[in-house]
Amino acid sequence: MSEVHTTDVAIIGAGPVGLFSVFQCGMLKMSCHVIDALPATGGQCTALYPEKPLFDIPAAPNINAVDLIARLERQIAPFKPVIHLNQQVSELEKVGEHWHLRTSSGLNIRARAIIIAAGAGAFGPNKPPLNNIDRFEGKSVHYMVQRREDFRDQRIVIAGGGDSAVDWALSLADVAAEVYVIHRRDRFRAIPESVAQMKALADAGKIELVIPYQLAALEGKDDQLKTVIVKTLDGEERRIAADHLLSFFGLASKLGPINDWGLDILNGVINVEPTTCATNVEGIFAVGDIAHYPHKLKLILSGFSEAAQAAHAAYRIVNPGQALNFEHSTTSGIPTLEPA
Amino acid sequence: MPTITFIKPDGETVAVEATNGATVMEVAKDHDMPMLAACGGSLACATCHVIVDEDWFAKSGELCEAEEDLLDTAHGLTSTSRLCCQMKVSDELNGMAMTLPPME
Repeated sequence: MSEVHTTDVAIIGAGPVGLFSVFQCGMLKMSCHVIDALPATGGQCTALYPEKPLFDIPAAPNINAVDLIARLERQIAPFKPVIHLNQQVSELEKVGEHWHLRTSSGLNIRARAIIIAAGAGAFGPNKPPLNNIDRFEGKSVHYMVQRREDFRDQRIVIAGGGDSAVDWALSLADVAAEVYVIHRRDRFRAIPESVAQMKALADAGKIELVIPYQLAALEGKDDQLKTVIVKTLDGEERRIAADHLLSFFGLASKLGPINDWGLDILNGVINVEPTTCATNVEGIFAVGDIAHYPHKLKLILSGFSEAAQAAHAAYRIVNPGQALNFEHSTTSGIPTLEPA
Repeated sequence: MPTITFIKPDGETVAVEATNGATVMEVAKDHDMPMLAACGGSLACATCHVIVDEDWFAKSGELCEAEEDLLDTAHGLTSTSRLCCQMKVSDELNGMAMTLPPME
């Protein structure tokens, strides 16, 4: 069995609210491990709108989402959080007084309390809802390209209308046997020069733009795709013989395993008691966009406040019977934490 | 107050009273319809995709380019697909019906 990390609080989600939860726990001298599915911290701020300015963060009249995350990281650095990226918490169970977490990478963490700051869930590829698509994944259906050479002399169908679809159409046109681009309309959300290049390749017969079509079904044997079936809005069908499908519909978030932990969840959010952010399961708290109560505002601002509420409530569970001396940071400064 | 009808993925039909000026997404969330609406109406996702009844589509308003771009990332599009955070309730929409696709 691999190493087991032990910490006071395990925080699920490294978006702004998850990161600030580290700060609030740290002020109460609780150590934290943080787990996130994305390869970088920041959650939606990094994944969906890195360059967008935020105007509603107190005392930061205009701040880019990536800068907000960088500042939060600086603010929590004194508490030496351990951040585990690129993995999802796949299992959570209570063993005695501890929660045991296991991640999709096989990492094990023991914690006294859990704070879920998972936003709308873990980000992953936005998969087309075709019922047998899982069967082909990894072998002949892909959501990213790792090695361009893998597609040499292959017949490739690219689905989507954004930068990834256009860029890979351009790149693979040179190596693949055939390249088809499936898109629902004539307009692409990509750099105009790239779109122009792609249209020129289509005019030259190097690739084919299959427009206005959407993915309808996949056929194949075992994990090998043979045919991609596409349809127009009027139901007109076309069958394209293909070895690989590259599906580029951006990111989508899913609660995934969080659904299985006995939490009171409705429509993708967890009901909490708003003054403590406690869920219906003792020792598990939820903060930020994933936490719900009457009149909830999905603001980063609210999430920061919820992080403080949850940290104070978690203190009672992490340190049973111990007094919690409420102190302002002006008085206490930044406490030093022993390494977890 | 205008009435808006939601047809849930399981076929159940729910008619609700809506306040003028609210977005249809807000109305859906207020009534606990099965809809993620993950970005909260900031035009950053497509998780409030609805299929407007054909008779009502023309009245649902113009689609801006950003809405069209986000619809590119939705699945199971129809010719009357909309992001319902971009539709504002008004007396004009009294009686409008729409189908909610299954939540992924």
